[in-house]
Amino acid sequence: MAGNTGPLSPRAKLAVTAGKAAAAVSRAAGRGSGSVIGGKVALKLDPDLLARLATHLDVVLVSATNGKTTTTRLIAEALRASGPVVSNALGANMPAGITSALAGGSDARYGVIEVDEKYLAGVARDVSPKAIALLNLSRDQLDRAAETRMLAEKWREGLAGTKAVIIANADDPLIVWAASSSSNVVWVAAGQEWKDDAWSCPSCGGVMQRPGDDWFCGECGFRRPTPSWALSGDYVLDPHGSAWPIHLQLPGRANKANATTSAAVAATFGVPPQVALERMYQVQAVAGRFDVVQFLNRDIRLLLAKNPAGWLETFSLIDGPPAPVILAVNARGADGTDTSWLWDVDYTRLAGHPIFLLGDRKLDLAVRLEVAGLDFRVCETVDEAVQSAPPGKIELIANYTAFQDVRRRVGN
Amino acid sequence: MSQNSLRVVWVYPDLLSTYGDQGNVLVLERRARQRRLDVQRVDIRSDQPIPTSGDIYLIGGGEDRPQRLAAERLRRDGGLNRAVANGAIVFSVCAGYQILGHEFINDLGQREQGLGLLDVISTRGEGERCVGDVLADIDDRLGLPPLTGFENHQGITHVGPNARPFARTRIGKGNGTGDGTEGAYNDTVFGTYMHGPVMARNPHISDLLIKLALDVNALPPVDDRWYEALRNERIAAATQPS
Repeated sequence: MAGNTGPLSPRAKLAVTAGKAAAAVSRAAGRGSGSVIGGKVALKLDPDLLARLATHLDVVLVSATNGKTTTTRLIAEALRASGPVVSNALGANMPAGITSALAGGSDARYGVIEVDEKYLAGVARDVSPKAIALLNLSRDQLDRAAETRMLAEKWREGLAGTKAVIIANADDPLIVWAASSSSNVVWVAAGQEWKDDAWSCPSCGGVMQRPGDDWFCGECGFRRPTPSWALSGDYVLDPHGSAWPIHLQLPGRANKANATTSAAVAATFGVPPQVALERMYQVQAVAGRFDVVQFLNRDIRLLLAKNPAGWLETFSLIDGPPAPVILAVNARGADGTDTSWLWDVDYTRLAGHPIFLLGDRKLDLAVRLEVAGLDFRVCETVDEAVQSAPPGKIELIANYTAFQDVRRRVGN
Repeated sequence: MSQNSLRVVWVYPDLLSTYGDQGNVLVLERRARQRRLDVQRVDIRSDQPIPTSGDIYLIGGGEDRPQRLAAERLRRDGGLNRAVANGAIVFSVCAGYQILGHEFINDLGQREQGLGLLDVISTRGEGERCVGDVLADIDDRLGLPPLTGFENHQGITHVGPNARPFARTRIGKGNGTGDGTEGAYNDTVFGTYMHGPVMARNPHISDLLIKLALDVNALPPVDDRWYEALRNERIAAATQPS
């Protein structure tokens, strides 16, 4: 097995050791896993460390607005059929976190790496990946992030000339625009429920036509490429036309889409779809998301949704009425401080559910639901919301820091 | 115009619906229906002609490139100018606000001609974007309570003699001119930099537009409990140092 610390220079070894020490100190101080601080220390001592650590790995990068942590997990599980994997499984997806994760996998053959959208082009330059999976792009934290089309443009420029195979979603025009600067693309019909960031042609600005599942620009001819892989109901269709059943413990259409892309990635490394999909069944919850926890003698399913596209996919996977639903929204730094996006989410989809509102910005939610004509109750604490909910499994949907707050309270 | 119907036109959601702008449409629709008005909402994409028979037109914010595309298509179409000539009410936010003026700076760094419906001229600031909660006092003549909103822009908008500043900021940048003005308006055309969306935090603005469109002085009251709770929270948040 090719180890990846063996060939490292003394400087790189020192950097890895110092990074691990910093991480250990951070952990001991009770400040999280320490992976980010460890990576920062290591990169300070050896700025090329990320590239060095990746040299002896077959690297897969995964980026998207939504689903990147889950897809990284699914690909990692699939590739374990073929060899040991190192991965930033907990979602530390900027260069420091990635460095730290790779430094921990000295005997791995594969590196499966989730990358924050803003860093994709840079990380792809550093680690010379074999494959890059691109899932979707949509509006997210516009008060601090780049505009969505600008992000697609940056990907397009950064990925031009890459040697990696790009595995990309043919159903998202922004993804197709970003990926099609590369000559080696495997197109996957993975679907995209959210369409409101792609009514304008990313190439020429013309109005997009979207009949059924197809899409094309009426003005410049930019159009949906023919996919070689597809999600079709509960099956993955491979390039040979075979249909493979998807069995996941993870709920929802979006996760079936993630599994389809993961199967296409695994196939580029010689793992057949049947083997890949069987292994993906192992994945039960991803960093606490989709987990069903017991709290105050109630079953609560914890769902993370950070932006309009994510909320839309989440509404389609929850149990139907009268399942009680708790919604929790914060607007701290990591969430984006502008709550305007709540108005892009179609909350009328929750009609018939008893609804309970939580979080720093519960009053923004209250006005949103009032205007949607829904009944709701505003609660001060998770305990109050859970105790107020009528019987049945509770679906709890929260954005990023609200999700963390809830998890701290309900354990697990 | 019949007293019990209201035709609301949402202009170019395919280009200018980036920051929850649909919220203004939804709040306006909801509050008009609560007054038992027969509301017809029409969403007009940028490859469709703008109808000229609407009562209230809403136009939202967007990124720099769609803003230029929207200005080009609105100029070519001419429908919005004809509607205003017919007496229609227009309410615009951020990129849409700039488009209604005489000119703004487009994504290519060039001066782009606006629709000239509001006497303002916009340029682009050099420094950091204006991002954060805003608190402002709306022009006395409009008789509205304080304005609360969220701004996220880099524009600088100068208000000319044929328009009035919509509000004076207590907290936040507003028009970015350094003189404390926020937004602009004339008899029938309004512009603001406020997201939030602004009508969710300031439902009185949607009521004002309805009153102007129906030419009435008052509307039956509706339950404003949650709007008021949100307003109080956001005004307190804006005035407390974070």
